Amino acid sequence: MLEINCPYCGPRFETEFSYGGEAHIERPKDSENLTDEQWGDYVFMNSNTKGVFLERWVHTSGCRRWFNVARDTVSYQILAVYETGAKPPKLDLRNDV
Amino acid sequence: MVEAYLRQSPLSQLALPSRIAAEHGNTGVTMAERQFRRIVNLRGNPKSEEFTKAVKSVLGADPPLMPNSVNTGKDITLLWLGPDEWWIITDADTAPVADKLREALAGQHAVVTDVGEGYTCIAASGASAADTLAKGCTLDFHDSVFAPGSCAQSDMAKAVVVFHRLEADKPSFEIYVRSSFAEYLWRWIENAAEEYGVAVTQ
Ligand SMILES: [Zn+2]
Repeated sequence: MLEINCPYCGPRFETEFSYGGEAHIERPKDSENLTDEQWGDYVFMNSNTKGVFLERWVHTSGCRRWFNVARDTVSYQILAVYETGAKPPKLDLRNDV
Repeated sequence: MVEAYLRQSPLSQLALPSRIAAEHGNTGVTMAERQFRRIVNLRGNPKSEEFTKAVKSVLGADPPLMPNSVNTGKDITLLWLGPDEWWIITDADTAPVADKLREALAGQHAVVTDVGEGYTCIAASGASAADTLAKGCTLDFHDSVFAPGSCAQSDMAKAVVVFHRLEADKPSFEIYVRSSFAEYLWRWIENAAEEYGVAVTQ
């Protein structure tokens, strides 16, 4: 079980949260002019990083706010938690994976 | 507003008034329903002085800014739900409060939602109240973490709830749950409290 430090409520158990996939994916500006392939890429294609991954979580049973988490997908260790819209913090990335 | 003769608690089928114990000296947990608590949901930007001023002019209290904190005004309690969201809890009609707030906040980026009696309030207190709630919730209910006079949202036995820990000598919690979950949660808590001794109170 992960303990996730909600930037608003404080540390809570993983069961209170829902997962939102990869963070920092920008919505294409002129979506009406995209091909199906480009739109499909935006909607469905997330990277599947082994190592430090920047991802979105929402505190479903708490404050219901979205925020970003930097989590190591090998050890599950959470390295940073930061607000939506903020730049990801500088992290010492593992180089053994 | 509900016509008075139609108003019925979601826990009415448990006949709680008939179970109120005259004596509950040694029970670890006492339970009660706080009937017909009413709620107005408020959202807005607490960094805007215009917003906090307007709220205070109507409620007589500032929206609490510290996470999980509570403020009280005249006949109302304000619970922090998020960085821009609060609950205004009252035993009186919600429509006049909601209307006054909407008027005071006109033109601002804020929203007032009258939740009315959509939630049921279950009170659980006594020496073993925290141990009982901990059976169904991942929050730490110890005084040093969940201080009297604070609140928290979480899951209790898989129902989404809002806890308000009252400032009292013995551990005292008020648990707000959606009315459709009220009977389930009452029975769950009462069952969990059985080993400590449980009594229904006023
Ligand atoms: Zn939260």
